[in-house]
Amino acid sequence: MSEIKEKDFRVLTSVTVRFAGDSGDGMQLTGSQFSDTTAFIGNDLNTLPDYPAEIRAPAGTIYGVSGFQLSFGSDDVNTPGDLPDVLVAMNPAALRKNLKELKRGGVLIVNSDAFDQKNLKLANYETNPLEDDSLSGYELHQVPISSLTANSLEGLPLSPKEVARCKNFFALGLMYWLYDRPLKNTEDWIKDKFRNKAEYVEANTKALQAGHKFGEMTEVFTTRYKVEAAKLPKGTYRNISGNEATALGFLTASVKSGIPLFLGSYPITPASEILQYLSSYKNFGVKTVQAEDEIAGITSAIGAAFAGNLALTTTSGPGLSLKAEAIGLAVMTELPIVIVNVQRGGPSTGLPTKTEQADLLQAIYGRNGEAPACVIAARTPRDCFYMAIEASRIALKYMTPVILLTDGYLGNGSEPWRIPHVDELPDISVKFRTDPERFYPYLRNDNLARPWAIPGTPGLEHRIGGLEKADVYGTVNYDPDNHDRMVKLRTEKVKRIANDIPDLEVDGEDHGDLLVLGWGSTYGSIKDAVIKARRSGLKLSQAHLRYLNPMPKNTGQVLKNFKTILIPEINLGQLAHLVRSEFLIPVEQLNLVRGLPLKVNDILEKINSLLGGGNGK
Amino acid sequence: MANSPEVVTQKYTAKDFTSDQDVRWCPGCGDYSILAQVQRTFPDLIQTNKEKIVWVSGIGCSSRFPYYMNTYGFHGIHGRAAIIATGVKVANPDLSVWVATGDGDLLSIGGNHFIHACRKNIDLKVLLFNNRIYGLTKGQYSPTSEKGKVTKTTPFGSVDYPFNPLSLALGSDATFVARSIDRNPKHMQEMIKRVGQHKGFALLEIFQNCNIFNDGAFELLTEKDTKDDHVLVLEHGKPMVFGKNQDKGIKLDGAHPIVVDISNGKYSKDDLWVHDEFSDAPVHAMILAHLDDRPDLPSPIGVFRQYSKETYDEGIRSQINRIIEKKGKGDLEKVLFGSNTWEVS
Repeated sequence: MSEIKEKDFRVLTSVTVRFAGDSGDGMQLTGSQFSDTTAFIGNDLNTLPDYPAEIRAPAGTIYGVSGFQLSFGSDDVNTPGDLPDVLVAMNPAALRKNLKELKRGGVLIVNSDAFDQKNLKLANYETNPLEDDSLSGYELHQVPISSLTANSLEGLPLSPKEVARCKNFFALGLMYWLYDRPLKNTEDWIKDKFRNKAEYVEANTKALQAGHKFGEMTEVFTTRYKVEAAKLPKGTYRNISGNEATALGFLTASVKSGIPLFLGSYPITPASEILQYLSSYKNFGVKTVQAEDEIAGITSAIGAAFAGNLALTTTSGPGLSLKAEAIGLAVMTELPIVIVNVQRGGPSTGLPTKTEQADLLQAIYGRNGEAPACVIAARTPRDCFYMAIEASRIALKYMTPVILLTDGYLGNGSEPWRIPHVDELPDISVKFRTDPERFYPYLRNDNLARPWAIPGTPGLEHRIGGLEKADVYGTVNYDPDNHDRMVKLRTEKVKRIANDIPDLEVDGEDHGDLLVLGWGSTYGSIKDAVIKARRSGLKLSQAHLRYLNPMPKNTGQVLKNFKTILIPEINLGQLAHLVRSEFLIPVEQLNLVRGLPLKVNDILEKINSLLGGGNGK
Repeated sequence: MANSPEVVTQKYTAKDFTSDQDVRWCPGCGDYSILAQVQRTFPDLIQTNKEKIVWVSGIGCSSRFPYYMNTYGFHGIHGRAAIIATGVKVANPDLSVWVATGDGDLLSIGGNHFIHACRKNIDLKVLLFNNRIYGLTKGQYSPTSEKGKVTKTTPFGSVDYPFNPLSLALGSDATFVARSIDRNPKHMQEMIKRVGQHKGFALLEIFQNCNIFNDGAFELLTEKDTKDDHVLVLEHGKPMVFGKNQDKGIKLDGAHPIVVDISNGKYSKDDLWVHDEFSDAPVHAMILAHLDDRPDLPSPIGVFRQYSKETYDEGIRSQINRIIEKKGKGDLEKVLFGSNTWEVS
C-alpha cells in the first residue's frame, strides 16, 4: 500500500465538476450526493442540475443525456462555474454532448465499458474517441465502471439490470476519493433510502466503496485534490435548493403570522417540488390542494385567502399565463395571495427543465386592465427562503397579490445556507377585523390596505368580487369617477410598498463609470464577473434588484451616479426596458437566452468592452 | 374566531338574509323565484351563526346572486365558482359554502372544476340555474341548449348536443343530485332544505326561465295544462306516478323505462318502478336523468340520488389531525435545521 502515500495531494481553491450520463443513470442523484457531502465538509458550493424534459429518453442517445454541474471551493462560490474542470461521462453520448465545454487540459473520466459500437453509433461517433487521439488535449482516465461495479457486487442476489444501476455509486466513490471526501454521508443516505431493501443497501454501499478503493489501488490516478473548507460565517449550515428554501420560507411565514398555510397548485416543472415539500408539513396544519388545473390552483387560493388563510399558488411560466385573470381578481378583491413563478424557458411549453428570466414583464403587466401587483425576485437558492417570507409579509400587510419570481436554476440549484433561528426572523403577525362598528369592506388604513374580515366573523357579512367596487363601501359601482379613483388607489397602494422595503445596495463605489445591474438568478454570475474585472484593475460597481414592482425608492438615484448601466439578463432586455421607461436613462444590455445561467465570462467580456482599455489602470 | 357568536334567541327571518342591494334581474326572470325560495328556506335551515354562510358565484345572471344575500359573499370570475368555494371550504371547514351558478358558468367554462368538485366530494351546496341560454351576453346558445337551437351565434341551428347536467354529476360520483323548477316554489323550498342538510357535494339543478332570450324553454313543465303530464315528481319509496289524473306510471322493462296506463286495469301501482334515492348504484338515478332524452317520457324533479362518504375538506382536516397526533405539532426550528447540518465555528 506504500504507493498510496506517494500520490500527491494538490490543493485547489475551487473546482467545477460535471457528471453526465443517461437520464436513467442516476446523474442527478450522484450530483446531489456529491454536493451534500461537499457542503458537509465545509466547502462553499453552487449547483446546476441540467436534465432533459423526457423522463427516460432512449438509452444512449444524446438528447437523453442528463447532467449535474457543481462548483465548490474554499472561497465564496457564487455560480455553478462556467466550464467544468472535470467531466465524468458515463457513455459516449454524455461525452459528445459535454466535451466541448470541458476546459482544455481538464480531467475527463469515462466509463469505458459503455463505449461499444451501439453507443458510439447512437452518439454519432464514427470512430471510438477513446482509441483515436481526439481526446489528447485532456487528462483522460478510462475506467471500466460497469464491469468494475459488477465485479464488486459478485455473489449478491441481484439481476444484471439491478447491478448496472449501481454504477453511479461506483463513480461517486471514485470522485470522493479523488477529491478527498468522506463516504459516510452517502452511506447513511443509502441506508435510509433503501431501509426496506437490505440487498440494495449492501449493493450500493459496496459499489460506492469499490469506487473509492479503485482510486486508491489503481495506477490511473497519480494526483488527488484537496479543497479546504471555506471561511464561512459562524453558524449551523445545511445545503439547500431554491425550491426547498421557498417551501420553508412559506412555512416560516405561516408560523410567524399565526395563519394557516394554504397552497393550491397544479404540478409543473420546475415548480412541483414546492408543492411536494409543503405537502409533507401537514403537522404544521399546512393544507395543500393538488388542483385540477392551474386556474384552479390560484382560484382555490383566492377562496382560501377570503376565508383567512395565508394562501399561495406555485407554478412556472405557462401556468402564470393561465393564472393571469385570477391575479386580476385578487387585485380587485384586494386579497393577500402569493404567486410563485419558478421561471423556465418559454414561450409556450418552451424548455421545461431549463432556466430563463423572461416572465418579468408578464408578472408586472400581464393582466387585463390596470392591475398592479407587487413583484419580487430571489437572487440565490437560499435567498428564496427570505423572499418567500417577504412575499407573505407584503401580501398580508397590503392586502395584495405578490408575485415571487425564482427560476429553474435557483429552484433546482443548491448552496450552503447558514440556518437562521426562528426568533431571528421578522414577526409578521396579522389582525383580522372583528369590530362591526363602522366596518366597510373597502375602508383603508394608512397603507391603503383594506380590512381583512373573514367569513365566520359575526356582523361583518359583506360581498366582494371582480366587479368594480365603490370606494370605502365596497358595493358594485359603475360610476366613472369612482372607477378612476379606485384604479389610482390600487396603483398607489402598490407604489407605497416602496416605503417599506430596503434601499437598493451598491457593491463598490456608489458612483463611477459602470454599474452592473441585475435581478434574479444572475446575481452570482454578475458578482463573479465584477470580482474578476476588479482583479484585472477595472473599477465598477454592482447592484441587484430583489424588488421589481415597486423598485426601491433610491433606485433612480443609484443609477444616476453612473455613466453607464449594464443590465445582463436571460431574456431580451425586460429589466432594461423597465429601467429605461421608468428613469429615462440609456442602458447597455447583455442578453443570452440559452436556457442556462449566464456565464461569468460572457459578462466579463461585455464589461471589458464597455470599459475599453480599462478605467482603473 | 376572536368573537364568540352571540346567542340567537330569535329565529332568523327571510329579511335577515336580504341584503340592501337592489335586485337587478330582468322583470319576470326565474332567478327572482330562486332568490325568494332561498331566503324563505334559510330561516328553517340556519338557526344560528349566519356569519358562517358563504355564497360564491362565477359570472352570468345567476352569479349576481351573492350580492342579494345578507351573508358573506364572493362574486368570482367566469367558471370558477366551485373551485373558489373549494378554497373557502378547505380553509375553514366550519363554514357552510353555497354556490350560485348557471349552465354556461358551471358546465362550459367551469366544466373541469365541476366534475372535480363532484369527484372529490367537496362539501359544497351548488344551485345550478339552468335556463339553457347565455343571458348576460344576450342570447347565445349554451351547453344545455337543445340541438338545433336557433340563437344569435347559431342562426341556422346549433349542431352540437347538450350536456345533461345530472348525468354528468352522477357520472362524476356526486353524493347528492336533485332537480327542481323555478315555477314550483314549494318543491324548490323542499329541495333547498335537502341540499342544506346534505354533507358532501350537492347539486340542485333548477330549470329556470329566461323570459328575454329563451322564454318558454320549460313551459311544458310549468304550464297548468301540460305540467302534470310532463313532470314526474320523485319521492323516495313511492311508485313513479304522474299525469293530470295520476293515471300514468313509469315501469322498468329491464333498463328501459316505459310509460304505462294504470287507469285501465292492465297495470297497477304495484307494477311501477319504486324510487330509491339511496340506491347504492348510480344506475337507477342515471336512467332517471336520461328520461328527458325521450319526448314520450316525463321530466323527473326531486332527489335523484343521495349517498354519503367522507368529504374532501373532512379528509384534509382529519389527515392533518392524524399526522399531528402521530408526529406531534410541527416544530419550525427542527424543520429548518433539518438532519444534514454542519457547524462552522
